[in-house]
Amino acid sequence: MSIFVDQYTRLLVQGITGKEGQFHTRQCRAYGTQVVAGVTPGKGGQDMEGIPVFDTVQAAVAQTKANCSMIFVPPPFAADAILEAAEAGIELIVAITEGIPVLDMLRVKNCLAGSKTRLIGPNCPGIITPGQAKIGIMPGPIHLPGGPIGVVSRSGTLTYEVVHQLTRKQIGQTTCIGIGGDPINGTNFIDCLSAFEADPATKGVVMVGEIGGNAEEQAAQFIAEHMTKPVVGFIAGLTAPPGRRMGHAGAIVSGGSGTAQGKIAAMKAAGIHVCENLGKLGDLCAEVFCG
Amino acid sequence: MKIHEYQAKELFAQYGIPIPPGAMADNPAAAVAVAQGLKTSTVVVKAQIHAGGRGKGGGVRLAANPEEVHKAAEAILGMQLITHQTGPKGQKVKKVLVEAGLDIAKELYLSLLPDRETARIIIMASEAGGMDIETVAQATPEKIIKVLVDPLMGLQPFHCRRMAFGLNLQGAAMKAFTAMLPNLYRLLMEKDCSLVEINPLIITRQDTIVALDAKINFDDNALFRHPEIRAYRDEDEEDPLEVQASKYNLNYINMDGNIGNMVNGAGLAMATMDIIKLAGAEPANFLDVGGGANAEMVENGFKIILNDPKVKGVLINIFGGILRCDVLAQGVVEAAKKIGISVPVVVRMEGTNVEAGRKILSESGLNLQTALDLADAAQKVAAIVNA
Repeated sequence: MSIFVDQYTRLLVQGITGKEGQFHTRQCRAYGTQVVAGVTPGKGGQDMEGIPVFDTVQAAVAQTKANCSMIFVPPPFAADAILEAAEAGIELIVAITEGIPVLDMLRVKNCLAGSKTRLIGPNCPGIITPGQAKIGIMPGPIHLPGGPIGVVSRSGTLTYEVVHQLTRKQIGQTTCIGIGGDPINGTNFIDCLSAFEADPATKGVVMVGEIGGNAEEQAAQFIAEHMTKPVVGFIAGLTAPPGRRMGHAGAIVSGGSGTAQGKIAAMKAAGIHVCENLGKLGDLCAEVFCG
Repeated sequence: MKIHEYQAKELFAQYGIPIPPGAMADNPAAAVAVAQGLKTSTVVVKAQIHAGGRGKGGGVRLAANPEEVHKAAEAILGMQLITHQTGPKGQKVKKVLVEAGLDIAKELYLSLLPDRETARIIIMASEAGGMDIETVAQATPEKIIKVLVDPLMGLQPFHCRRMAFGLNLQGAAMKAFTAMLPNLYRLLMEKDCSLVEINPLIITRQDTIVALDAKINFDDNALFRHPEIRAYRDEDEEDPLEVQASKYNLNYINMDGNIGNMVNGAGLAMATMDIIKLAGAEPANFLDVGGGANAEMVENGFKIILNDPKVKGVLINIFGGILRCDVLAQGVVEAAKKIGISVPVVVRMEGTNVEAGRKILSESGLNLQTALDLADAAQKVAAIVNA
């Protein structure tokens, strides 16, 4: 079992003919993902190594029954690409693009509210159900299929680090999701935590947060009230100077809120096993999940 | 991106938001000329730096005649202005804004910004103008009026009325406020502002409304569609190493510590800084060379770190996924040979082709220490600091 994606997911890639799009499409297909279509306006009728390319998402869905889209479209056009996919009935949109203007995402977020489309990202590494489907830019081989742990994170390479440590301890993963480092994103921690709680194959969750906003505090409250499965947490940014944006558009401590200290306190109060030394995260997970 | 008050007021003027008469000057004689053109009894000379708290630091002065204007401008221009936002070194003042003094009846606070939690535009106001909004929020949260605007609906007249009634405005001031707010909202949306703040927004004794101060921040991700805003960038206000890094498209923030570090990915970079601190040292910087970094970016990043005189040691932490470890190691070795390294460098890498990468590092003949994992890296950093 897994959440959101599995071997039946039919993937479409928006921006498939770009350099990034081509590279990662190949990687996803090599991992076993069913890549059924690509979209690049103006290149309809061509193919990318056997994958048919369409001018519009609507045409791609009609022809291939794609139900998931991975977006590599550049920032100025990414919001439009997300809305196009949603309008065409795509159920899951994974937006990899980094650098989408906040006001564009504000519009997208409000347009998607109440629709059946789930958006993961933007500015995220994507989602992987190890052994079944990889929809994103994460390195496949570091993952260990079969579960029983779910991973949810605001970061990219930090997630790889966490997954790598789990795999080294022979702790497999059900699904790993990067929800993205932007201030306005689609799927949030709580969406993933509640899906992991409902997934019988998932026995515990690792949650990786960082400074900025209050998504971790809200997730902590949700965990305290609704989760029966153990959660290990990590927060990056204890040493981040206030008022500075730490690489991710959403990683900023402003007006004394969004600090790592505040998040760690809220997570501890909610009964989350907080790891304060990233080097020892694998050990802590082994203790909590296998002990 | 941040801009100066005088630049923010230029934008206010374009959008029909009332500001005091005045202009920017970069020398005392020009300041006097501006003041004489204003034809008022009192003028205000305000230091133009990107940090707040300028008044308390001595960067805002009143002047009643040309001699006083000259003296005030002379005192402020060139000063190293220290405020709670500049850090202990302060910021050198290179420009002043000279404005007509106004008759203030009441000071208000007003701000607009995109709210990440609700995905709405949040408009905040309070009758406690001139005070830091965070202080007001803590001491008397009930005095802050908030209106959330759905960006698909846009700002409506009822939103403006709710703000105005909440601020207890009446008569001409009420009318002026409800006429001004849609213009501010339009400015925020059209220019991709991440914050528009007026503190204080004043009601004059003549019952008019004027933005006495102006602060606008912009969404860096949206600057591609605003060349006119990019032109407002003042590199003098930024750290020179940060300016250099931005030219290489690197995410770099200079800090006070002694261990330089270079990491791929922002989250891992923050976590690496935290590990340096746990090891008993202090990070000298934040440097994210990007999740998809290549050898050239690694070389540029290395250059920036080694140009920082505070750096006593370096930790490179790369999780190679798409970027293979052997390619990365080659980049590090070439950069180190080109630049020459005078401080100990610990390299921790993991991921694709890690064995080949470690071999390249160990056979390079350079003073590069390989760390096996993060815990090992922390120990090696601690050893540098304690040496």
